[in-house]
Amino acid sequence: MLNVGKLEEGFVLDHIKAGRSLDIYHLLQLDKLDCTVAIIKNARSNKMDKKDILKVECDINMLDFDVLALIDHNITVNVIKNGEIVKKKELTLPRQIRNVIKCHNPRCITSIEQELPHIFYLADTQKEIYRCKYCEEKYSGYSALEHT
Amino acid sequence: MRHLMSPLDFTTEELDSLFDLANDIERNPDKYAHACEGKILATCFYEPSTRTRLSFESAMTRLGGRVIGFADASSSSASKGESVSDTIRIISCYADICAMRHPKEGAPMVAAEKSAIPVINAGDGGHQHPTQTLTDLLTIRSLKGRLGNFTIGLCGDLKFGRTVHSLINALVRYDNIRFVFISPEELKVPDYITDMLKDKGIPYQEVIRLEQIMPALDLLYMTRVQKERFFNEEDYVRLKDFYILNASKLTLAKKDMLVLHPLPRVNEISVEVDDDPRAVYFKQAQFGVYVRMALILTLLGKER
Repeated sequence: MLNVGKLEEGFVLDHIKAGRSLDIYHLLQLDKLDCTVAIIKNARSNKMDKKDILKVECDINMLDFDVLALIDHNITVNVIKNGEIVKKKELTLPRQIRNVIKCHNPRCITSIEQELPHIFYLADTQKEIYRCKYCEEKYSGYSALEHT
Repeated sequence: MRHLMSPLDFTTEELDSLFDLANDIERNPDKYAHACEGKILATCFYEPSTRTRLSFESAMTRLGGRVIGFADASSSSASKGESVSDTIRIISCYADICAMRHPKEGAPMVAAEKSAIPVINAGDGGHQHPTQTLTDLLTIRSLKGRLGNFTIGLCGDLKFGRTVHSLINALVRYDNIRFVFISPEELKVPDYITDMLKDKGIPYQEVIRLEQIMPALDLLYMTRVQKERFFNEEDYVRLKDFYILNASKLTLAKKDMLVLHPLPRVNEISVEVDDDPRAVYFKQAQFGVYVRMALILTLLGKER
């Protein structure tokens, strides 16, 4: 069994779909932060058989997790302070996402006008579907990560 | 200030007022002949579309206004790399209202965000073509006397045909409409449309052959298989003649069924059908001018 040290302050992102932790790492732009990150792939899970886990040691106000809900609302975000879980953050679907994923529709105006923001609105809360504000192309779940 | 990006930008009540105005223009054209005197419409067409552009120009001219604009991107500053946002800021200084067609989806919305004048989406790629939809709705309402309580067949290119997508989105707001989608497998209506119909509990069916469903239809909306929507010539040639309406197929239809088509037609409706009283696609083009006149008046706040 692999052991990764206990966090003093930060987050543990649990129940990430196996093999997707690096995508989440990039989505949260952890590569741009000067903090300790542990990426655990294919950890055993009763609920999921296999799962990924991310442990991030940082100030708990540093990260915005709203965008995670777009990808997978089943991810659990545990907030750690003084080495203890102080809160489990609930992921809520943001009504609008700006410049996180990009519209891949070659017929969309954003494909030729580079300065335009890539804005997606929540089109269907139940199905967790987002659509490009300009061309209404559909994005949902992990497949949206292919367009970051 | 209001723009028109999608047919859904107007409530059904607002559409009723718009259509009442269009019908009044039809009955009393002289009453509106000077309604837009001193006003300028800019037609910004980044891709050629003689029919829609001339319909807008005719509408503004019949209202006593004037028209400026360009008919394709090569004769505009877009060819020098100017963005849509910059272009509309300039056009706002020259005109009072703008009709924009662009090959890229969402371009008129980008323009509307930066515009100081009302912007009308005159077609954006395969996305929306709201004034065609308003034309279709006005035609149906004027000739059938109602919007609702009918079965409409949509035939041809249902995958790329923006007129079809816009029309479906507009019709789902009315009561008791049944859709029949008639297309080859390759040109089926996109899943987001069928998903939406399922969610709303609106009945629809997808069929391959036009003849099998013809007797059930109150309206038949024919579309052209557009060459520019295909990535290769081979697919286009293989599919373009798939669904042709001729006099023989029309014998299966109800006596009061209406045949609509956004035009231009290539060969999907035989010319022998033109003289059938059920063929209303040329009348539809006339309604297109009336509804654009009503729209210009409404967006300029001159409807009363």
